[in-house]
Amino acid sequence: MHYESPVREPLITGDKSYHDITVDVAKPIETNAPRSWWIAFSVSLIAFLWGIGCILYTIGEGIGVWGLNRTVNWAWDITNFVWWVGIGHAGTLISAVLLLFRQKWRMSINRSAEAMTIFAVVQAALFPGIHMGRIWLAYFVFPIPNQFGSLWVNFNSPLLWDVFAISTYFSVSLVFWYVGLIPDFAMLRDRAIKPIQKHIYGILSFGWGGKAKHWQRFEEVSLVLAGLATPLVLSVHTIVSMDFATSVIPGWHTTIFPPYFVAGAIFSGFAMVQTLLLIMRKMFKMEAYITIQHIEMMNIIIMVTGSIVGIAYITELFMAWYSGVEYEQYAFLNRATGPYWWAYWSMMICNVFSPQLMWFKKLRTSIMFTFIISIVVNIGMWFERFVIIVTSLHRDYLPSSWTMFSPSFVDIGIFIGTIGFFFVLFLLYARSFPVIAQAELKTILKSSGENYKKLQDQNHGEH
Amino acid sequence: MYQFPAKLKTISYALIGIGLAALLYGFFAGGADAGHGHGHDNRPWASLLINNFFFLGISLGALFFLAVQYAANVGWSAGILRILEGITSFLPVAGGIMLVIVLASMFHLNHLYHWTAEGIMDPESEHFDSIIHGKKAFLNPLFFILRSVIYIIGWAYAAIVLRKLSLQGDRGTDLTWYNKSIKTSAIFLVFFAVTSSMAAWDWIMSIDTHWFSTLFGWYVFAGIFVSSVTTTALIAIHLKNKGHLPWLNDSHIHDLGKFMFAFSIFWTYLWFSQFMLIWYSNIPEEVTYYMPRFGEFKGLFITMLVMNFIFPLLILMSRDSKRNFGFLSFMGAVMIVGHWLNVYIMVTPGTVGLDWSIGFVEIGTFLGYVGLFIWVVFKRLAAVPLLIQHHPMNKESEHFHI
Repeated sequence: MHYESPVREPLITGDKSYHDITVDVAKPIETNAPRSWWIAFSVSLIAFLWGIGCILYTIGEGIGVWGLNRTVNWAWDITNFVWWVGIGHAGTLISAVLLLFRQKWRMSINRSAEAMTIFAVVQAALFPGIHMGRIWLAYFVFPIPNQFGSLWVNFNSPLLWDVFAISTYFSVSLVFWYVGLIPDFAMLRDRAIKPIQKHIYGILSFGWGGKAKHWQRFEEVSLVLAGLATPLVLSVHTIVSMDFATSVIPGWHTTIFPPYFVAGAIFSGFAMVQTLLLIMRKMFKMEAYITIQHIEMMNIIIMVTGSIVGIAYITELFMAWYSGVEYEQYAFLNRATGPYWWAYWSMMICNVFSPQLMWFKKLRTSIMFTFIISIVVNIGMWFERFVIIVTSLHRDYLPSSWTMFSPSFVDIGIFIGTIGFFFVLFLLYARSFPVIAQAELKTILKSSGENYKKLQDQNHGEH
Repeated sequence: MYQFPAKLKTISYALIGIGLAALLYGFFAGGADAGHGHGHDNRPWASLLINNFFFLGISLGALFFLAVQYAANVGWSAGILRILEGITSFLPVAGGIMLVIVLASMFHLNHLYHWTAEGIMDPESEHFDSIIHGKKAFLNPLFFILRSVIYIIGWAYAAIVLRKLSLQGDRGTDLTWYNKSIKTSAIFLVFFAVTSSMAAWDWIMSIDTHWFSTLFGWYVFAGIFVSSVTTTALIAIHLKNKGHLPWLNDSHIHDLGKFMFAFSIFWTYLWFSQFMLIWYSNIPEEVTYYMPRFGEFKGLFITMLVMNFIFPLLILMSRDSKRNFGFLSFMGAVMIVGHWLNVYIMVTPGTVGLDWSIGFVEIGTFLGYVGLFIWVVFKRLAAVPLLIQHHPMNKESEHFHI
């Protein structure tokens, strides 16, 4: 029997029965959207459409419409790519790593976190595509036989490893997400009144019957996928970091990059989960499931990963000096005090300083404060990538070609477009998918539900 | 109450005897061998540093693991906390010896750290090295000793505080000690995060003074952590086999096995990240580190990788092998030797160099440390009950089943 220590706080608050959970989770799908949803959706859609326009303009005109120049030949495109891939890390961390660590609190947040992961990876995958200039030749990134009229891809290039890493990550995350959804789709199918809906959810739920055998297979698959997905959480951002770290550019080539990128990715991913869940929790009244304790736990993870990132920044800075390599030393001096000092210090303040406020229990349990910090962190993490990429490039080995970068309206438009696209996908998901893994959540109601916990304490008192 | 078995005590004394003999042989009789110069003279000192750092790492890693258990409100592990506390009791011992090594190096009794060489920071001298001179603000004897003292006092203090609090958990159901342990652990973890990396730079990385790697501290940490989880599992299995720890079941040992497995892979991940990035970029000032390690030390280097990665990957993957005490103990022994070799390869090329070999001095010192470790740790284990009597997670841990 699973036993839980009385020092643990309940994970489901209020007097909830199994049926209440079903009703609460199905509600956003079965009822009309609140007005706030329509407002958010319209704004996101407009941003998305604007982004599409900018992407089409880029494809039509060429990469020249971006702000890139001869020295800074990689800027917002790759910054946005890394930013989105990073954000896409929390979902699998929550569902796989926290599953392996048997963290029951993951159950209220894993569904939406995984959805967010998938939508973020979609945004990320856009950038290498349009960055190629000739998007109609995008299949060249895959190893295709020479009969296609070209040479095989360069297996020595980390950019190719990226193609594999990200497509594997995307596929495994998608399968993982979908497996979890099956029993919940079945729940929606069983409740559906309209025949079309019943039919759609019937197909989606793969004929799930809730039999013991089904559950056994479900748990086995989840565990195997968690085992597969855990190394993937690390590998994806490791390989992204190698896009830079295998080079010989000061500020890019440093051995701490792989684990430090992973920590940064989890950091920004949790911040984005926090942003989305705080909105969703309010919009769909999920306060009983996404409790203050859940928010606090995520804040602690943000604090820990933020501190790891902070230590990595300081390690890099120290080693640049310690190395005695003039170019390394200059690259970091230039970051902190050169013309891009404002980007560097924004990064430092947002990523290193702001999460430290989470040491105060009052702050990390405050919803408003959490919401602000979650956005601050993501701004900081965008600046981190900008700092790494642009400040390392803009003053290269040849002082005569030193220059600055300024984004064009297309750069900005595409970035805003991806944010819009991301929210469009997420908002659609929130209206048609069960946003909480209710089948899983029900398994902990008796051990971690507030009402059952009270009952246990009473029984305990009588004996 | 657990009693320190007389037989084990005798074994530990015998091992300590071997260790002392090996060191004495290395320091005094070793001069009779052929070969002169720094590398040769360094050999017993290097052996002491390797073994001391390895066992200091085990106790420090156990302290880290213990702190994580409190900071993360872990339930399953309540039944092994006393073992972790036992291992941390070796921290002040190894820490004290570490300070002796540091002081001996700074007062030129040995030549472990190249940057302490005569005239190396003196522009007038023929031994002047401008790159090393550039590191003077960090690598100077006074600051080096000061940092070492801060690390060791800080860690030992945290170990002592956590132990004191845990002893209060034997007295009554009042949970003040538990809440205080959580706070202490959180503060220690912050201190640890900074100092574990810096200690690795100081005591190990600065041996190869020219070389630098930002990942080095985390890489060393991963090795430390694997070694200490493995040691914890070995002690838990030993005690369990002797009929103690009735509150531990297969699932607890299985979980320790999982940590051994997962962090072996994590260690390899960091090993690979550091190696691959340096190999790929092929910058002279960085590849210099791997030249001897892939030259004269290649055999050892590859063996070490096989023991620390291939073995655990293949053997600890299956569920059954993690629940088989014999299997797990065997793997534990392999991994302990593998991670010892890892420390050996980090220290030796820059200290002993071409004069290296693994002989009586190295193996004897290792055995001596095993003896000392057993003596200190088991004495501590026998001092109080093997279970914190009123730990709030005891019942949850007892019911733990996977």
